[in-house]
Amino acid sequence: MIVLEKRPQPSKAWSYATPLVAVVATMLFGGILFAILGKNPVEAIGTIFWEPLFGEFAFYYRPQLLVKGAPLVLIAIGLSLGFRAGIWNIGAEGQYIMGAIFGAGAGLAFYPLDAFYIFPIMVIAGAFGGWLWAMIPAFLKVRFGTNEILVSLMLVYVAEQMLASVSLGLLKNPEGFGFPGSRNLQAYDSAHNAELIAGSGMHWGVVTALIAVIFAYVLLNRHMLGFHIRLTGEAPRAAKFAGVNPARLILFCLGVSGALAGLAGMFEVSGPSGVVSIDFNVGYGFTAIIVAFLGRLHPVGILLAGGLMALTYIGGEIAQSQLGLPAAAIQVFQGMLLFFLLAFDLLTNYRIRAARSEVA
Amino acid sequence: MTTPLLSLQGLTKAYPGVVANDQVSFDIGEGEVHALLGENGAGKSTLVKMIYGLVKPDSGTMLLRGQPFAPPEPRAARADGIAMVFQHFSLFDALNVAENIALGMENPPPMGDLASRIREVSETYGLPLDPFRTVGDLSAGERQRVEIIRCLLQDPKLLIMDEPTSVLTPQEVEILFETLNKLRSEGTSILYISHKLEEIRTLCDHATILRLGKNVGECVPAETSARDMAEMMVGSTLQTPERGGREFGDVALDVSGLSVPSPSEFGTALRNVHMTVRKGEVLGIGGVAGNGQDELLGVLSGEIQTTADAIKFNGQPIGKLGPTARRKLGVLTAPEERLGHAAAPDMSLTENALLTGSVREGLESNGFLKWADTKNFAEKIIEAFDVRTPGPENAARSLSGGNLQKFVIGREVLQNPDVLVVNQPTWGVDAAAAASIRQAILDLAAKGTAVICISQDLDELMEISDSFAALNEGRLSAPRPTTGLTVDEIGLMMGGAHGMEVAHV
Repeated sequence: MIVLEKRPQPSKAWSYATPLVAVVATMLFGGILFAILGKNPVEAIGTIFWEPLFGEFAFYYRPQLLVKGAPLVLIAIGLSLGFRAGIWNIGAEGQYIMGAIFGAGAGLAFYPLDAFYIFPIMVIAGAFGGWLWAMIPAFLKVRFGTNEILVSLMLVYVAEQMLASVSLGLLKNPEGFGFPGSRNLQAYDSAHNAELIAGSGMHWGVVTALIAVIFAYVLLNRHMLGFHIRLTGEAPRAAKFAGVNPARLILFCLGVSGALAGLAGMFEVSGPSGVVSIDFNVGYGFTAIIVAFLGRLHPVGILLAGGLMALTYIGGEIAQSQLGLPAAAIQVFQGMLLFFLLAFDLLTNYRIRAARSEVA
Repeated sequence: MTTPLLSLQGLTKAYPGVVANDQVSFDIGEGEVHALLGENGAGKSTLVKMIYGLVKPDSGTMLLRGQPFAPPEPRAARADGIAMVFQHFSLFDALNVAENIALGMENPPPMGDLASRIREVSETYGLPLDPFRTVGDLSAGERQRVEIIRCLLQDPKLLIMDEPTSVLTPQEVEILFETLNKLRSEGTSILYISHKLEEIRTLCDHATILRLGKNVGECVPAETSARDMAEMMVGSTLQTPERGGREFGDVALDVSGLSVPSPSEFGTALRNVHMTVRKGEVLGIGGVAGNGQDELLGVLSGEIQTTADAIKFNGQPIGKLGPTARRKLGVLTAPEERLGHAAAPDMSLTENALLTGSVREGLESNGFLKWADTKNFAEKIIEAFDVRTPGPENAARSLSGGNLQKFVIGREVLQNPDVLVVNQPTWGVDAAAAASIRQAILDLAAKGTAVICISQDLDELMEISDSFAALNEGRLSAPRPTTGLTVDEIGLMMGGAHGMEVAHV
């Protein structure tokens, strides 16, 4: 029989090795899955991981990696702060939508004025929208002790309804021939989150994501607040003893994650997407949860995980179009990644040993 | 000479990095109560696990009544008449006593037969127990009886007991000892593991003392003083804490009319607590566990806030201040629960030093942490309090209980508090560590710190405190000078207004 034995302290080596082992295991079992579907597994895995980076059309796909990776990293960084403290914001998708609505709304309010201050106002409005949406579960938790997981999750669906409503009403393009959706912000220079270097995929959202990574790293490793966040997650009673105010921490963590998700939504709507529409959100807020865990809730890890996740997205799309793999198979493949990560994660705190069975 | 029941010869067991048992040999005679003594980490547990077949020795042999004995698993050990009562019980709360016992048996008899056998055994050995009661409703002492009866039903030749009295009230201890004496008179041998020396002196015929995995001596406990045994365990002369003639200064902490509901459902509310502690004074607070000790510590640490005037520090109301503000003023505390309350288990000792040390040791500036200074502070604690660890980067949970306790107490003591509140400072700590912790507390008081020591160990309180009060259902008796206090008076203080109500047995 195999027994799990708790390590006296978490293994450093394993905490770094698990993501790699998980990726390898995903490739292996994903390959088996693709083989069962009648595709050449080596080719499929190669398409997913190789094609976007070094393939024939890599010049097109590489910028896409930044475009897809940035919102994931930005949202995941915010989520990771709360997750570290045991505060579970599952509703980043809703905060992302609200950020987009607030950001686009602020920009469109000035239309067609041309001024340098419009974009900064949109940034602030986007962050505010996400923050506001996250404050609802935060306030309810602090005041009434409600479960933030449920409240934040349910607010995603409320936000989706709001999105549909403004797409059809408040923000609908008056010159859009009655079609749902707002004016295209890409066509409104003062509000356009354009690429900073043409063709690079590098827009303000990518810059903000990188700043967020550095900010989170410094906060967690060098600042008292970050220490309190980690302490609360590790040992809530010890945190209270150390003088942490749990209510303040809840407001901070949910507020920051909401604001970052809102920023991600705002940068997306003013850049790559351009339009507030009913189907604007594509699940970044949920995928970011995976990214946060894949990155072991560590800022640098999240940066790498965001890149990897973007890679599987784009590689998955290529595999769909080139090899005819079903979209569901790609989703299963991504699910495997999280599954293996969590499974191998056990090894940082436990070691596996063979033992004879015993009757106690 | 008769053949001993069990003879251990040169047992050795090494784990990576540590030799748990090194050439341990001793004999346990028939009908003998044999004590196995040693500090935490001396190798007692490993040794009994080898006897019980849970661990295989690297070398050495065991002889059971002269026959080679090497149980590959506990089942084999039980078949040879060896039974063990573990320190931590393995019982299912939702099942009743008989069902729990049946679960541990190879071929359980029908429930009715089993119940009558349980009744029979429990009556024979003076361990009253209803086989149909749900285990969840039983006290710790009663749960232990279930474990003991489970063992006795196997009719063992050797009963191993691991720290059996740590969960018992004094009355329950007495009952247990009667049972063990009866077993001895019937010829059952008992291997009794403990570090409570007085118990061993009253109960045991023979003692083997382990230190760092080696057998360092044997003695007849009744003829050896507790001090001598402790010194054999520790391997050095034990220092009794010294207390110089002290003069008390002004009142440092003044608690008046303090009443707070308990934050947890199962806690005890504090009711109208009054006390004052002067500079240089040690106030000992006794009482049976669960009478408001945790709540009192929480109120003093600032985790539970009260009306401002209920607690005054040097005349300044602090009842509404949080833990950080109180630390800044000089009111420091060390909770009972080491892992999870006083320290974060998975964080390093450096990070745990920061946990309470940030304000007074200046380990942050504008919220930014000074890791180098924090590490120095952690190293200072480790060195000053002889915390055995490879270094401050190790996780708190990797330390043994005694070492972590030294770290937790040292962390507060080194911050030069004006008021120090400790709850169970030496709980589960070996004799040498306990002595050094008590000495540190007394040294601090000698320098003018007002100390409140909450403890269930009356000997400890008598040893270090200048005045004594007792908590009983959240009420605190009026503090009285310790000198001249008799055991009867202490009992009355602990019993409170309800008189001398004996704990239910």
